[in-house]
Amino acid sequence: MTTNEVYRIALAGNPNTGKSTLFNALTGLKQHTGNWAGKTVSLAEGSVHYKKNTYRLIDLPGTYSLYSNSTDEEVARNYIVFEKPHVTLVVLDATSLERNLNLALQVMEMTSNVIVCVNLIDEAKKRGIEIDELKLMRQLGVPVLKISARNKTGFPALLDTIDRMIRGEISTSPYAIQYNDETEGKISQLVPNVKKLVGDRFPSRWIALRLLDGDTSLLDEIQKRMHQEEESTWNTVQKTSGSHLENF
Amino acid sequence: MEYSPENERQSFRELLNQANELSTSSLRDEVVSSLYQTSQQICSRTVRFTKSKEDKKTERLDAIFTSPIWGFPIMLIMLGLIFYLTIAGANVPSSMLANFFTWLEDYISMAFFALNSPDWLHGVLVLGLYRGTTWVISVMLPPMAIFFPTFALLESYGYLPRVAFNMDRLFKKVGAHGKQSLTMAMGFGCNAAAVLSTRIIESPRERMLAILTNNFVPCNGRWGTLIVLASLFMAAGFTGGMKTLVSSGVIVGIVIFGIFVTFAVSWVLSKTMLKGVPTHYTLELPPYRRPKFFDTIVRSSLNKSYAVLMRAIKIAAPAGILTWVFANIYIGDTSIFMYGVNFLDPFAQSLGLDGYIMLAFLLGLPANEVVLPILLMGYLSTGSMLEVDNLADLKNIFLDQGWTWLTALNMMLFSLLHYPCGTTLINIYKETKSYKWTFVAFLIPTVIAIGVTFAVAQLVRGMGWV
Amino acid sequence: MNLYEGNKGDRIRIKEVAIEGVMRRRLLDLGFVPGAVVDVLKKSPLGDPIAFRVSHTTIALRKEESIKITGELIQDDNE
Repeated sequence: MTTNEVYRIALAGNPNTGKSTLFNALTGLKQHTGNWAGKTVSLAEGSVHYKKNTYRLIDLPGTYSLYSNSTDEEVARNYIVFEKPHVTLVVLDATSLERNLNLALQVMEMTSNVIVCVNLIDEAKKRGIEIDELKLMRQLGVPVLKISARNKTGFPALLDTIDRMIRGEISTSPYAIQYNDETEGKISQLVPNVKKLVGDRFPSRWIALRLLDGDTSLLDEIQKRMHQEEESTWNTVQKTSGSHLENF
Repeated sequence: MEYSPENERQSFRELLNQANELSTSSLRDEVVSSLYQTSQQICSRTVRFTKSKEDKKTERLDAIFTSPIWGFPIMLIMLGLIFYLTIAGANVPSSMLANFFTWLEDYISMAFFALNSPDWLHGVLVLGLYRGTTWVISVMLPPMAIFFPTFALLESYGYLPRVAFNMDRLFKKVGAHGKQSLTMAMGFGCNAAAVLSTRIIESPRERMLAILTNNFVPCNGRWGTLIVLASLFMAAGFTGGMKTLVSSGVIVGIVIFGIFVTFAVSWVLSKTMLKGVPTHYTLELPPYRRPKFFDTIVRSSLNKSYAVLMRAIKIAAPAGILTWVFANIYIGDTSIFMYGVNFLDPFAQSLGLDGYIMLAFLLGLPANEVVLPILLMGYLSTGSMLEVDNLADLKNIFLDQGWTWLTALNMMLFSLLHYPCGTTLINIYKETKSYKWTFVAFLIPTVIAIGVTFAVAQLVRGMGWV
Repeated sequence: MNLYEGNKGDRIRIKEVAIEGVMRRRLLDLGFVPGAVVDVLKKSPLGDPIAFRVSHTTIALRKEESIKITGELIQDDNE
């Protein structure tokens, strides 16, 4: 693998999950505020060096979902889908996993390069909440790590997992939610048409689902982004296949 | 099909139409409830709950912090404590910084003279740029370095959402969001930072209200003016502890008046310009968590205080130069500054102020901190900003200019109510992306400031009280 | 009954969320979904909003919204 590469890692999560604490703990004081394509909301960026690589961490706005109900949600969603970070870290609050998982499942519909961080495990332990992360990992089909951003525990494993995902040593099979037959029928009607337009650049099942959900502004955004993409020449992450979840 | 932009647009439209036909509202609910059920299923397989004491801790604390009896007093005490810490704690470092900069200025001036540099260069760079900038640093930095970290600690502890919870009913009455109480509290530190902090309010209409009215809480840059004027003129007949009490009372009164104006303006706006824009309200009350003291303090000092300070310096520097130029360039035998004073005087007199005060507010647009130094510069016709150490001297300067308690009161009111500072206006534009709303944010306070001071001046003079 | 009518300590299983648009979405995101169990925690000192416990988090809702979320009271003997 090449050295001195810069990889973009996006942090997504609900508000109050300690996402920013994790971001701060990982990046230290090497931060600045960057403007992203939307340019309405600026996102904090910082970098981490690990094994000769540089990870540029992008702290997405804390949101409850990614259905573009608000500017923050739209910014977070657009970043994950259109800017295609090499890895998306979804930070979950161990003390309210049920609600937090909603967001993880939504991210997993958008990209397969997902790592789930279950944060605040110290807090959860105090409250008598036990989380079986191996089982959770098998259920979700993506790496799951327990961390405590406050106490800076679980970071080595997290950085190592990021490293291995970037090197293509981990391949994921994100849990795909099955909707009822009627919805699935409509999705499969739309997917071929979406594919025809956007090819493999953007996740077509997810786009179909958003369209069915009445998210009309999404198509305008896609059109805009496709033209931008033709002009710029960035490298998207190369998905590798073959290895399985058992590898990690 | 050959690719062409027209074809592409066409196929996007077709896709949209197809999707719209298939989309139903029950489908949308289905999507969300499937998602939720999936989460629930996964959780039930992977998470085990045993009983614990921690939930009880948050519950017990909430019973106090949001109690009908203790909720409000505790809030007031917390706010009072932050102010006290900020004002009392900032005094010493502020004067140390000021002394240091004065000491340094002597050496810089000596260097200028040693190099035989022309007077105007020394004037622009040292008396204008250097003095203006260092004044802002020494006045602003210490309070910021105390206020923001304290606020950040309360935030990471989880107390602030409780304030929003307690206050929401009041804000709802005027069509605003309970979280506006937090952006207002932030405004006591710095309106510019507070405008950015309105992001915590998700619904656009309430957020706009919070942005447009934030200026009515006096920021750190205006506290100084308020405190000095209150203690010089409002508590003049008192001594010792009573004096402090009366001048504090006057300041509290001014702040309460500012809050009253906030509510009034919010109410009017939500019935007029911001009518009918939909509202949605949810407020999460996270569990209390002991903050990481050191991390929080370092982080908030670096992020907030530093950023606010840098912006202020960027604006104070040119303002310092401009003020010096105004005061030292003469047309005939009158400086540009004095032309401005004479031009503004009749209007200012009708507001119970004078031309110097008005011009100081205008030149002070970049940062409220420089208003008082510019005013003194004008009164003493020194040609550069200066600080007077002795309060009694200061009072004599004002009295020589024909000040009465009305002048002091109206200057306080004008300071409280007038247009937001330059940095705040820039942030308002950044957040709203609209010239119109930025202009409205400028116009509303300006009109109110002029209206209120005019009314007060006419009333007081009409009744023969001065 | 609706959530607004709940008293401190009540547990209510949600039947219907009669709110449309973005607010509905937000409520669903937060766990106010049909079938979910909500604990009524406490009223704000001024009577409104009210804090509820839903999917292990505490969320405060105003009267305008809580009055439109209906459900049935659960008899709970465990606590």
